[in-house]
Amino acid sequence: MGSTGRPGCRAPGRRPAAVRAGAGALAGALLVAVAGCAGADAEGGPPALTWYINNQNQEALAERCSQEADGYTIETSLLPASNAAQREQLLRRLAANDRSIDVLSLDPPFMAEFANAGFLREFTEEEAAELSEGVLDGPLEQSLFDGAMYIAPFYGNTQLLWYRRSVAQAAGLDPAAGPVTWDQLIEAAEQTGTTVAVQGLRNESMTVWVNALVESSGGTILADGQEGAPADEVRAAIDSEAGAAAAELISRIATSPAAPPALSTAGEESSRAAFQADDGGFMVNWPYVWAAFAAAVESGSVPADFLDDVGWTRYPRVDPGTPSATPLGGIGLGVGAFSEHPDLAVEAVRCLRSEQSQTEYMLAAGDPAASAAVYDDPAVREAFPMWEAIREGLVDAAPRPITPFYGDVTGSVQQSFHPPAALSPETTPARTAALIEGVLSNDRLL
Amino acid sequence: MSTSVPAAAAEVRGRAPQPPPPGRRRPRASDRTRKERNLGWMLAGPAFVLMVGVTGYPVLNAVWLSLFDYRLTDPGARSFVGLGNYATILTDGLFWRQLGVTTAITVVTVAVEFVLGFALALVMHRALVLRRALRTAILVPYGIVTVISAYAWQYAFTPAQGFVNPLFGLGGFDWFGETVPALVVVCLSEIWKTTPFMSLLLLAGLAQIPGDYLEAAEVDGATAWQRFRKVVVPNMKAAIMVALLFRTLDAFRIFDSVFVMTQGAQGTETLSFLAYRQTISRVMIGLGSAVSVILAVLVVLIAVLFIKGFKTDLSQQRGS
Repeated sequence: MGSTGRPGCRAPGRRPAAVRAGAGALAGALLVAVAGCAGADAEGGPPALTWYINNQNQEALAERCSQEADGYTIETSLLPASNAAQREQLLRRLAANDRSIDVLSLDPPFMAEFANAGFLREFTEEEAAELSEGVLDGPLEQSLFDGAMYIAPFYGNTQLLWYRRSVAQAAGLDPAAGPVTWDQLIEAAEQTGTTVAVQGLRNESMTVWVNALVESSGGTILADGQEGAPADEVRAAIDSEAGAAAAELISRIATSPAAPPALSTAGEESSRAAFQADDGGFMVNWPYVWAAFAAAVESGSVPADFLDDVGWTRYPRVDPGTPSATPLGGIGLGVGAFSEHPDLAVEAVRCLRSEQSQTEYMLAAGDPAASAAVYDDPAVREAFPMWEAIREGLVDAAPRPITPFYGDVTGSVQQSFHPPAALSPETTPARTAALIEGVLSNDRLL
Repeated sequence: MSTSVPAAAAEVRGRAPQPPPPGRRRPRASDRTRKERNLGWMLAGPAFVLMVGVTGYPVLNAVWLSLFDYRLTDPGARSFVGLGNYATILTDGLFWRQLGVTTAITVVTVAVEFVLGFALALVMHRALVLRRALRTAILVPYGIVTVISAYAWQYAFTPAQGFVNPLFGLGGFDWFGETVPALVVVCLSEIWKTTPFMSLLLLAGLAQIPGDYLEAAEVDGATAWQRFRKVVVPNMKAAIMVALLFRTLDAFRIFDSVFVMTQGAQGTETLSFLAYRQTISRVMIGLGSAVSVILAVLVVLIAVLFIKGFKTDLSQQRGS
C-alpha cells in the first residue's frame, strides 16, 4: 500500500485555505486545489519526496532513509503489479508533467523511452560515476542510454535453470558439472516423463525468453547502434539464424510431451506451480522462487524435503559451444524530470540504493542486488545459496533492446512469438522483423 | 386477427401528434407555447452547454488528433498525415480480424441474453410468491463489477485451480489456450453478468402491457403462445428495442473481460482493445484516436440501424 492516500497530494492541511481563496467558480477551485498539492515545504518542515515504488518491500527503505536524512522525508506510492501497467501509469503522469514524481522505480527496458521523451533527469557525470561504482555489468548496461545514465542500478535480476536433482539423476544429466543445453533438458524431461517449465504467456516474459534465446545464439532483436534513430528508421535484426533457432526451440518445447500444462498462458507463477508438481523436472525462472519454495514447504503444499531436491545452475545454452546470454531484469531508480527537488531526490537515490539498502532489500524481497559487494555479505550468502550463479548471470546478461521505442518492439515480439506451439523457424523471424519495422513506421497496428 | 388490434392501436397512439400537411405554413405558436419553450431552454441551457463542453470537445479533439502521426513520448516527430491513420487501420488485417471477433461476441451474447432475459422477465413478472427476493436474486450478477466477475470466471476455468474442469471431467483442458474456448468463457461471463440488465429492461416493457389486452385475447380463445406473439411482443416493441440496443452497444465495446482473462492473447482482442493498445500502451495518440473514431462511428451506425429497423420513434414514446 502506498502510504499517501493521494499520491500527488501531500499537504492536505493547506487545502481548506486554498479552496477558500478560490471560492466560487468550479474551475478556480480546481486550479487552486491542484496548486495546493505541490510540495509540503511551504508548511515549514523538510520537503516530502514521493517515491513511486513497484514493490511493497521498498517502503522499509524509504522509512530508514527518511530517518537518516535531515533535509527531506520520503513517502511512497505503490504502482500496479505488472510492469506494463507500471509503465503506463508513470508514462501518463510524466507526460502530464507530474511534479509529484521525485523518485521512481523503473523497469530498465522502459528507461530509454522515458529518457528520450525528457521524462527523466539525467544523472551528471560525477553522479553517474559514483552510482556505477561496483555495479555488475548487466544492471549497469541497462541503465545507460546514449552514453548517459538515467536510472541508478538498484537491483538486477536474472533467470537461472532450476532442476529437480532426482529427475536429472534419473536422466543421467548433471547440470552442476557443466553447461547444459535446452536440447538436453527437453530430452531429459521427455525421457523421465517430466516437464520443462517456461513462460509462454503473451506478456513481457515472452520477450525476456526470446531475447535470451536470440542473444544466446549470437543474434540480436534489433540491429546494433540505433539508439538515437527515428522510429521509422529502426531496423530489426531478428530475421536471422539466431531468430530461427529461437523460434524452433520454443515450438519444440511447446509441442513436446515435456511442455507443462497450459504453456501458452503460463507466467512465472504457473511455471513454479508446474515445477513443484509431481512431474516437475526443469524450470527457468527468477531467483524469487527460492523463497517461494520455502514458503510452499512451510505451508505443506510440497514435501518437507523438497528444497533438498532442488538444484540450480546457469541459464541453459542454445548452442553447445556458445555461453548462454542470461535474461536480465531488475529495477533502476530514476529522478522525475519535473521534480521540484531534484538535488534532494538524487540524495535520496544514493541512500535508497546504497549497499546497505540493497542488502536489506535482497533479504526482504528476494530480488538480487545490482552491486557486487552485496554478494560478499554472509547473510546474503546464507539466504541465497545460489548467490554465485546469480552474480554470474548478472555479469553475462544480455539486456533487452535499448531503444526509445521499446514498447512497440516488445509488443511486436510478443504478438509474433505467440502462441508458442504455432511458431516456425522459417516464417516467425521474418514476420517478427516485418511487424517491428511496420509498427515503428506507422504502417501496421499492434 | 383480432389479437393484433391492440398493437395497431398502440401504433396509432404512437403517431398521435400528426405532422402538419405539406405545403401549409406552420401555425404560429401561441404566446404561452413560446414562453414555455423559452423557459425550457433557459432551464436546460446550462446543462446543455456543459454537456457539449465535456463531451463535444473531447470528441472533436479526438477527431483532430486522429489526423496526426503523434507519439506522446516523441512529440518532436509529430506530423500531419491527413487520413493516413485511417488508411493504416482499414488496410490492416488485425482491424478486420478484431472487428470479426467483436461482432461475434456481440451477436452471440446479445442473442443468448435476449432469450434468457425474456424468460427471466416473464418469471419475475408472473411470480406470485417471493417476488422481491426473486428480483433481487436475479439482479445480483449485474451488481458485480465486471473486472471482478471476469476474474471469478477466469479462476473457475483455469486448468490447475479452477473447479470447472474437474466438475466436467475435462482434465487439463486449457480454456484460455485457444481462440474459441477462450471466447466461449468470455461470452459466458458476459452473459451471466448482463442478462439481468436485459431482463430488467424487458420487465419494464412487460409491466406496461395493459391487462385488458391479454384478457381480451384470452376471451377470444388465443393460446398462450399466440398471446405472447401477438399481444405481448408487439406491445413491447419499444422496450425490446431499447434492451437490444443498449446491450448491443455495450457488448460491442467489450474490453474488461478480455483484458482480464486473456490480455488479448489467442486472437481474442476486440476493437476496444485495439484502441487501448494504440493509445495507452503504445501512446500513439493519433493512431489510437483514429481507432476510437472508427469505433464511435460503428456504434452510431448500430444505433441508427436499430432505430430504423424497429421503426420506433423513442421521442414519441409515452408511459401509459
